Amino acid sequence: MLLDFTEKGIYCAQAGVYIDPWKPVDKALITHGHADHSRWGHKHYLCTLQAAPVIQHRLGKIDVTPVDFGETLTIQGVKISFHPAGHIIGSAQVRLEYKGEVWVVSGDYKLEDDGITEPFEPVRCNTFITESTFGLPVYNWKPQQEVFKEINQWWRANKEEGKTTILTGYALGKAQRIIQNLDETIGTIYTHGAIENVNEVIRGQGIALKSTVRVTQDISKELYPGSIVIATPSSVGSSWIKKFAPFSIGSASGWMNLRGARRRRSVDRGFVLSDHADWNGLNTAIEECGAERVFVTHGYTSVFSQWLNEKGIKAGQVETQFEGELAEIGESAEKEEDPA
Amino acid sequence: MKQFAELFTKLDQTTKTLDKVRALVEYFKVADDQDKLWTIALLSHRRPKRSVNSTLVKQWAAEFGQVPFWLFEESYHVVGDLAETIALILPDPSATSNHSLAYWVDFIRSLSDLEDEVKKKKMKEAWSALQSNERFVFNKLLTGGFRMGVSQKLMTRALAQYTGLDENLLAHRLMGNWSPGSTTFHDLVLSKDVKADDSKPYPFYLAYALEDEPQALGDPKDWIAERKWDGIRGQIIVRNGEIYTWSRGEELVTDKYPEYWILKDKLAHGTVLDGEILPFKDGRPLAFNILQTRIGRKNLSKSILQNSPVVFIAYDLLEYNGEDIRSWPMHERRAQLGQIVRQVNTQVLHLSEQVEFDTWETLGREREKSREHHSEGIMLKHVDSTYRSGRKKGDWWKWKVDPLTVDAVMIYAMRGHGRRANLYTDYTFAVWNEDQLVPFTKAYSGLTDEEIREVDRFVKKNTLERFGPVRSVTPELVFEIAFEGINRSSRHKSGVALRFPRIKRWRKDKPKEEANTIDDLLAMLKKYG
Repeated sequence: MLLDFTEKGIYCAQAGVYIDPWKPVDKALITHGHADHSRWGHKHYLCTLQAAPVIQHRLGKIDVTPVDFGETLTIQGVKISFHPAGHIIGSAQVRLEYKGEVWVVSGDYKLEDDGITEPFEPVRCNTFITESTFGLPVYNWKPQQEVFKEINQWWRANKEEGKTTILTGYALGKAQRIIQNLDETIGTIYTHGAIENVNEVIRGQGIALKSTVRVTQDISKELYPGSIVIATPSSVGSSWIKKFAPFSIGSASGWMNLRGARRRRSVDRGFVLSDHADWNGLNTAIEECGAERVFVTHGYTSVFSQWLNEKGIKAGQVETQFEGELAEIGESAEKEEDPA
Repeated sequence: MKQFAELFTKLDQTTKTLDKVRALVEYFKVADDQDKLWTIALLSHRRPKRSVNSTLVKQWAAEFGQVPFWLFEESYHVVGDLAETIALILPDPSATSNHSLAYWVDFIRSLSDLEDEVKKKKMKEAWSALQSNERFVFNKLLTGGFRMGVSQKLMTRALAQYTGLDENLLAHRLMGNWSPGSTTFHDLVLSKDVKADDSKPYPFYLAYALEDEPQALGDPKDWIAERKWDGIRGQIIVRNGEIYTWSRGEELVTDKYPEYWILKDKLAHGTVLDGEILPFKDGRPLAFNILQTRIGRKNLSKSILQNSPVVFIAYDLLEYNGEDIRSWPMHERRAQLGQIVRQVNTQVLHLSEQVEFDTWETLGREREKSREHHSEGIMLKHVDSTYRSGRKKGDWWKWKVDPLTVDAVMIYAMRGHGRRANLYTDYTFAVWNEDQLVPFTKAYSGLTDEEIREVDRFVKKNTLERFGPVRSVTPELVFEIAFEGINRSSRHKSGVALRFPRIKRWRKDKPKEEANTIDDLLAMLKKYG
């Protein structure tokens, strides 16, 4: 096999590179900047030009070679290129070709164009390694226009009641997607410091993100009612949010699709908004890449691979270091590394 | 149905009582009378009977959603709610409908006599015409277990606000033997002359648990103490030569307790007793699980009546000579009750005995003896208290005996439902029999959200085997299990069955080797069973 599944992560022996390894290696191809994919301690990093600033911002001084989308590198005869995955800005699927055999590692992906991320491109391949965070038929997303219509309506209603609106989403990716799709004519968009840090990096690479204001001690509390505050998921129930009272708080995540998760999260509103492919998205991506073999990782691996096998697509599951249940653990632990 | 589904969504989005009441009042303002009546019925445990087998519903939903049955089941395990799973798996609706809640309830009820194939066709038509939140509510009505996060009390409060009527008066009107088919919104709620309904019970007065020391209640002389019995709370009504027995769940159970029928001739017209339906034989109470053996039975055989006979332990008198005397002080109601019980003079009707005490310390010692009396503790009632409706603080308290406890090892975990869906929250516990772990109980409440998440992570990382929604895990975690009683059971491997088991705390300090043994449980059985 061109790629092996090892203790350190997905490995290409021919080229001597790992993809999103979770233990320190010499050469790492990184699909995107989320912490469970882009870890500290590798000798050398390869990622897209668009993902590099955030990865550098998060990991500090690292040795990184940025590569443009579609550009081909050849390492010991293996042709390697990055293609948009549509997950967050700069996120990529990694294509590896050796002696006519093509593998694609999806990383995390979604098919819907979210208005800020480079849209997903299907890449033809023989073997596709797919995530399966939402690999059950109960996960089906509405088009984001509908979701943002609900969010903007909620914001407007809160404003009329004199409340601050607080919406939580992961600092890298979800937060910027939300900001870009808000109706800024309603009011000011405030941000949690962790989010604004990422915003600055993203603006620095020339992306026209809507204007936001960092929440600081100096801002008078009277200014918040009527406006929206984009906060990190860990803000829920923290003392940080007290200054926005009276407020209504919501969460934007794919997990909000389930009533149990919505109620557990103890927020007023749960909006179903995910940067991962839904059930139909996963199936479409697999169809469009034309792969004759699929490996399933990150999520409902056993269920989704059984489904593919029954459909006549040869599929196997890859155990991640979290024993194939990263998605569930991610949710139950409210772990920010696995934004959904 | 749109209005009702919207109401459901609003109630679901908030945990604040005020918001819930407001949403209900808004709904009552716009809904038509028939829908209002059904909403009241649904929120007072008067659901339509299940008319379709749930396995069939699953199969049809899977087929319609074009997923194999096993995948439907897997999804159900994750979602943790059948109605929601179906709503999520079905394709988008192809039509819209404006039918009322009452229409859909009738639709569901009309299914029961149809052939399966016809049911299936009708179900698909219904699913195709309902939007996602309507579908969810419809499925909830269809599959039973309908809960909206609103208690009957809260609904009654909203109805009181909407109608401008007194809440207690409404609570009484909503009691008893009615169904949306047998009455109208006007007759049930608004009509001043409550139609003579001889069977109508009074709302039960429920006590809170005593959390502080009883000394805080003041002078012992102001209080009446009784044993707290482990039976079923009940009301016996005799009016116009008929007897009606109600259980606290507002269920008419007259037929289930033929022992009481003789009271029809012995109690005067217009008598209502509040008390405990208690299994009782040879002068002493039996364990609750003896009563359980007859609760579900349609036909009460001779042997059941012989092996698990019941008596009624009366502790209050609510109606006397046809007059509502709930406003009388406790001591007067009790005196009158004592007189009635003495006059009736039958084995089946007992007066709940008073536990005499001068000081709280004396009563504390009596409480310690609760298990010897097969009771759960002590009830305290203020001598001047009126009979109030619902759960109210201040005049009545239950002072339960401390639970029994054992330390046990978790060996299986199952995903929870509702708010706990997709988290491993339901656990099976075992004790040692030599070097083997023997499962003896399940328990799921008692941990904090934080702890649940921690255990959930442990389960996912330490799974040994999977059996559908259940996993066996590495035996390692030790929990203290509290329970109210212990009985012999032939249905359980361990030979014992616990009453109200729950997790008291996580014994992170204890290695699994130090958990209790089956011999410890058997010793408890001998002492208290």
